[in-house]
Amino acid sequence: MEVKKVKHGWLLTVFFSLLTVAWVFPILLVVINSFKKKVYISRKPFEIPFGKMFVELENYVRGMEKIKFFDALKNSLFITICSVAVIILCTSMCAWYISRVKSAFSTAMYYLCLFSMIVPFQMVMFTLSKLANMLHLYSPIGIILVYLGFGAGLSVFMFCGFVRGIPLEIEEAAMIDGCTPIQTFFHVVFPILKPTCITVAILQTMWIWNDYLLPYLVLDIKRWKTIPIAIQYLKGGYGSVDMGAMMAMLVLAIIPIIIFYMFCQKYIIKGVVAGAVKG
Amino acid sequence: MHKSLKRYFPVFAFPTLAAFTIGFFIPFVMGIYLSFCKFTTVTDARFIGFGNYLKVFTDKTFLHSLWYTVAFTIVSVVFINVLAFAVAMLLTKGIKGTNLFRTVFFMPNLIGGIVLGYIWQLLLNGILAQYQKTLTYNSVYGFWGLVILMCWQQIGYMMIIYISGIQNIPGELIEAAKIDGAKPAQILFHVTIPMVMPSITICTFLTLTNGFKLFDQNLALTNGEPSRMSELLALNIFNTFYGRTGYEGVGQAKAVVFFLLVTIIAIIQIRLTRTKEVQQ
Repeated sequence: MEVKKVKHGWLLTVFFSLLTVAWVFPILLVVINSFKKKVYISRKPFEIPFGKMFVELENYVRGMEKIKFFDALKNSLFITICSVAVIILCTSMCAWYISRVKSAFSTAMYYLCLFSMIVPFQMVMFTLSKLANMLHLYSPIGIILVYLGFGAGLSVFMFCGFVRGIPLEIEEAAMIDGCTPIQTFFHVVFPILKPTCITVAILQTMWIWNDYLLPYLVLDIKRWKTIPIAIQYLKGGYGSVDMGAMMAMLVLAIIPIIIFYMFCQKYIIKGVVAGAVKG
Repeated sequence: MHKSLKRYFPVFAFPTLAAFTIGFFIPFVMGIYLSFCKFTTVTDARFIGFGNYLKVFTDKTFLHSLWYTVAFTIVSVVFINVLAFAVAMLLTKGIKGTNLFRTVFFMPNLIGGIVLGYIWQLLLNGILAQYQKTLTYNSVYGFWGLVILMCWQQIGYMMIIYISGIQNIPGELIEAAKIDGAKPAQILFHVTIPMVMPSITICTFLTLTNGFKLFDQNLALTNGEPSRMSELLALNIFNTFYGRTGYEGVGQAKAVVFFLLVTIIAIIQIRLTRTKEVQQ
């Protein structure tokens, strides 16, 4: 049976190897062009940069100066890490509360979260940006609150699904032993929730790191830019686009993602599956 | 326990509740109200009834982007799901290198929409330049450019979900079908597809809503060019809000229409595919 299954195995392997190369090609093309003199990029995008076309790291240096890449990287890292940490802590606590305390509030909150998952961002885009401005949430710290609010739907929903599966006896035993609800949560419930935390963290990181429109509208972008905003700024801010700087910055924008993917690949794929099944 | 926990409301539920109210609930309710108003900032709103909605449905760019979005969504949902399912079927046969292939196919998902848009702009413009054309020459190019981009981005994600669905099918089921003399095509349509129906529900839901809500990729790849002909709904709404002053109310009304569309389509889709799921 096993032998029959992989009869044409080598053919498939060859086919998929070719497909894999094709799949990586767009990224490879950007890497190649990031070392090319800018006037040649639009004219000869498929040529390997040799001789007068090759500019070493010139594009990188110019691009980094233009958009202050390291500031953008710092902002992106700060906003993503803090928002995800806050989302996990607050929504897991909230989900435990609304799963264990049966009241009209809990039910309403649960369904509101479910509902918020389907609402497109354009629906709240204008009012949210005005409200955030009024409340002075336009700094990288303020935007964390906005992300907590807008990301709460999915996370509360996923945590609730998991909390329902935890037997009540464990928590009651802890309470009888004299734990306060806070101790019970952090010593008993939170460790059990760890797999869901990873799933939520992966999904939210993928969203927040790449998010363009929300920070563009909420942040004071003259002072703070995230990586997607900085890249879009490179396109919009000048009459003609500096293709060399653009290519170099695209490469720099992809590198952190590839590193993240290499280290957390197992969790990312598991997280996506778990997230899809719950959702 | 419920009683003692209830007193801890400020610690457990309040932070999320407050953020949710600011980040979602108030903007949402205000958004619905403002769609019936004329305003330029939120504070000068004046109630005008259905005037904005009338303008929405007589706005040619909106109607065009509506059809453009519907066509784009249908095409991309079909392509992504069929291809992702096919790849998932082939990658569950246990061939050499399966893990590497999965890893590579999934990777584009992690790259953000803006970056993706510019990557494909370079590649597609490079190819079209051989024929003295660019992506913004005609909205048809922008359309297929976006479809290709979305396939590249999402096939890997959907493939992962389909693979887990296929792997959950009990092996005996396929064996039994084979013993009964079923041909491979029969096994596919009468055993495999009904058994992975839950995955199909999820994947069509995700691709459908992603397609409808697409913004970043559209902005980066063509920015609606030529003359707003390749504008998807989300970008059309954005341009209505921030493109011309005095049209904020119309923009908000468009957003409400958009929201209703997404909700209705999502509900219909879930109903439709859920009824085809088999109980185990």
